[in-house]
Amino acid sequence: MNRDSDKGKVLINRALILGAGQFVLLLVIILRLYYLQVYQADKYKTLADENRISTRMLVPPRGVIYDRHQQMLATNQQNFQALMVAEQTINIQETLDAFKKIMPLSEAEEERIKKDLKRNRSFVPIKIKDNLTWEEVSRIQLNAPDLPGIIIDEGLSRYYPLGEKTAHVIGYVSSVSENDVKDDPLLEVPGFKIGKAGIEKLYEKRLRGKGGNLKLEVNAYGRIMKEIEKVEGIPGEKIELSLDARLQEKAYDLFEGNSGAAILMSVNTGEILAFVSAPAYDPNLMTQGISTEEWKELNSNEFNLLVNKAVSGQYSPGSTFKIVVALAGLENGIINTLSRSFCAGKMMLGNHTFHCWKNIGHGYINVVQALQHSCDIFFYETAQKLGINKIAEMARAFGLGKKVNVGLENEKSGLIPDTEWKWQRFRESWQQGESLISGIGQGYVLTTPLQLATMTARVASGGYEVVPTFNKINPGEKRDFKKMNIKPMNLELVKQGMCDVVNVPGGTAYWSRFDFNGQKMCGKTGTTQVRRITMKERQSGVIKQEDLPWKYRDHSLFVGYAPHDNPKYAIAVLIEHGKGAAGIASELLLETLKLDASPKPVE
Amino acid sequence: MYKFYETSFKNQTPTLKEKFQNLSFSYIMLIMMLAGIGIVMLYSAANGHWHPWALNQLLRFGIGFTAMIILALVDIRIFMRYAYVFYFGTLILLVIVDVMGHVGMGAQRWINLGFMKLQPSELMKIALVLALARYFHSSSLQSIESVRGLIVPALMVLAPAFLVMVQPDLGTSLMLLFTAGAMFFVVGVQLWKFGIVLIGALLSIPVGWHFLYDYQKNRVLTFLDPERDPLGAGYHIIQSKIALGSGGVFGKGFLKGTQSHLNFLPEKHTDFIFTMLSEEFGMIGAVFVLILNMIVIAYCYSFALKSSSYFGKLAAIGLATNFFLYVFINMAMVLGLIPVVGVPLALISYGGTVVLSVMASFGIILSVYVNRNINIGKD
Repeated sequence: MNRDSDKGKVLINRALILGAGQFVLLLVIILRLYYLQVYQADKYKTLADENRISTRMLVPPRGVIYDRHQQMLATNQQNFQALMVAEQTINIQETLDAFKKIMPLSEAEEERIKKDLKRNRSFVPIKIKDNLTWEEVSRIQLNAPDLPGIIIDEGLSRYYPLGEKTAHVIGYVSSVSENDVKDDPLLEVPGFKIGKAGIEKLYEKRLRGKGGNLKLEVNAYGRIMKEIEKVEGIPGEKIELSLDARLQEKAYDLFEGNSGAAILMSVNTGEILAFVSAPAYDPNLMTQGISTEEWKELNSNEFNLLVNKAVSGQYSPGSTFKIVVALAGLENGIINTLSRSFCAGKMMLGNHTFHCWKNIGHGYINVVQALQHSCDIFFYETAQKLGINKIAEMARAFGLGKKVNVGLENEKSGLIPDTEWKWQRFRESWQQGESLISGIGQGYVLTTPLQLATMTARVASGGYEVVPTFNKINPGEKRDFKKMNIKPMNLELVKQGMCDVVNVPGGTAYWSRFDFNGQKMCGKTGTTQVRRITMKERQSGVIKQEDLPWKYRDHSLFVGYAPHDNPKYAIAVLIEHGKGAAGIASELLLETLKLDASPKPVE
Repeated sequence: MYKFYETSFKNQTPTLKEKFQNLSFSYIMLIMMLAGIGIVMLYSAANGHWHPWALNQLLRFGIGFTAMIILALVDIRIFMRYAYVFYFGTLILLVIVDVMGHVGMGAQRWINLGFMKLQPSELMKIALVLALARYFHSSSLQSIESVRGLIVPALMVLAPAFLVMVQPDLGTSLMLLFTAGAMFFVVGVQLWKFGIVLIGALLSIPVGWHFLYDYQKNRVLTFLDPERDPLGAGYHIIQSKIALGSGGVFGKGFLKGTQSHLNFLPEKHTDFIFTMLSEEFGMIGAVFVLILNMIVIAYCYSFALKSSSYFGKLAAIGLATNFFLYVFINMAMVLGLIPVVGVPLALISYGGTVVLSVMASFGIILSVYVNRNINIGKD
């Protein structure tokens, strides 16, 4: 009995201890609640919001690029694309295989898809194929049960109505690459495209606009429950260019498959009306992304489709350089209206013979005639007396040998040599013979077609430092160009020579003349050799151009302006290894004048 | 007003009317409040719908409530008389479930009775308490303090614990062990014996690890480092902590828990219902529910102490401890204090058998209180 009452006491004592223990354990729960719900509440509130709020970038529409008459040169087109969300597929490969049964995919495309899949997280939609037609869209939707993870998305894609005709001005957009500076969250959006060349690249920031934000409440499975907040982005700015789509198209077509470049610009404002490097690639293909093979093919093309010859091509200016040499001679008093040279078809300097293009010679000839006939001897002699440095000074004043900085990538500066340059470059002194060949735009002298157009505009404007631009200058807006320090009389003489080139029989471009309501073209031809004619060949008879392989044929150049009495348009045309630059210039200037007289004038 | 500690020694059997008058209505009210909160939370779990859980739970609670009242009016001596029969019957059911589980497909914890799925392991929680209470009621302190006297009760515990463990249901198995352990402690088993068992258990952990199922190993590893697999095994506990923490002091409001209603929180109607409650009603709501539970447990202890029979005392303490374990293990689990072992929050979580077994145990506890003046001899 005693033990029994002990047993009861033990029970009560121990029960109280047990109860107290349980009480303490439940107090621990309260402390834990305090820790999580008060002490760490902010941290978990943030995490809960991260869970439920999914923020998406709203891609603003890219700015439209217009020509000077509101014709679209780059625009955005509705584009249906098939996307794949990796985490929604059962098996990525199976879905891809099923897709291929409906629509074939090239190996390159498949490669890109797999690369994209690896680079992105599994819930990020990856582009499978875009620019789908309505029929293709419905075929995919019909087979949707076999295509888990495939979704159809409606987006905007860049479209260039004039295609390759504007390729080297407008450029193109393409996917953001690893080397691009990611200074904007928009660039992280899959499938986002940025300007990679031309105006698209130059005005990238303005065209892109600002991305908006869409905050959505999503559940654990990623389903959208409701919209929380929407911050609209700012659409890209529209851009008006100086180009005239009609002239741009015409200029490109005039090349008829020839390789070359042409720049047509306004003498008064410097606005570029047509800017062509032919032949060109199709920018609409570039925006979709091309395969490595296609890229190689473009790159290895004989005509250098990817090279913008108007700013990146450096060519000997040939006889077009005589304009600058003549001006240098006149300004420095080496020649004047009355001074004449005798051309016998060749001249000697030391042991070297220098040939005129005309074997039988031009006889006595003054500066205007020398320009008209493009006599080499006259300019050899002028250059000999001037020396290279004076020529270089004049050439640079007219924009040669340095970048025009029109804003396109890979612009080259060309080269205007002088004695200092040669010493720096070769540690050799300048030879007089080098001055002679420089006098006819050969030797070291290199210019880009855009520089030649600039030079011509400056001559035509009567000695203003015209700077070319792609920006539209609205009527009333004035661009003030600095007046160059050149005597008007001397400029008039050179312009007279240029007008005679085209309009007086015997002029080198006489066959390209036109007369549109009394408006005529003036200019200067050029032909540049890309190979050396050896002594032996000269004796046995020079091989005809037609018998040479294409890449050894001469380049054809023409710089000019119109109308003759009141220059408004300047032009430079280059045809690589071909003929007919003057013809193209003539047709384009004539078209320009015709349009100018039409109800919708160029200017 | 209810007095928490008083003992009278009128050794007589009360009439049914007296019994009914002796029921603790404040205790019953507390239980109804908890069940009500559970139904409200289940309504929220279904995004503001009575289906599929809240209405069902209400129905089950109704059945459980009836069972509780009936059991409360049963003479406590009957529980003692049939304690072993009940225990062995339940043990046989456990064996049947285990065998069926092996023959059939995968793990099985219940027997389908047609109108409900009976989980013998839940019945065992009551049966074990009653059987042990009867055993210790009859044994002397001397026998309790000897090693030999503990062999039989130890086997009574280990047999069902093992059968439940292999179902596999680690949570229930541990609850059986802890409940029994608490009863061993209460009856006066020396502390050094617990020490030896504890050391033995610690030493056997490396061996026992091999017998755990992969998912059980995963749960333990996940508890030790929830970030090791944030989208897999660690997902539950990480999301639970986010839901709790983001609830703050005042909560996000009824039906407004983002973690719960956007489905980031898994099992929000069963094991993680306390998380949802804490998200929607904040720390205030969580502590309120916890305190309600503490008061219920305190009542149980008070009933135990008022009982004049050793069996009654011990049975009430055992059943109270069992209820305490539901509350503590579930809350500690969703708060990330212990591994996720799959123990629901009794009276709040959705689940038929748990409601019925917990209500039944409240019924027995009430019976202990109603029959507090009956002194039972040592047989």
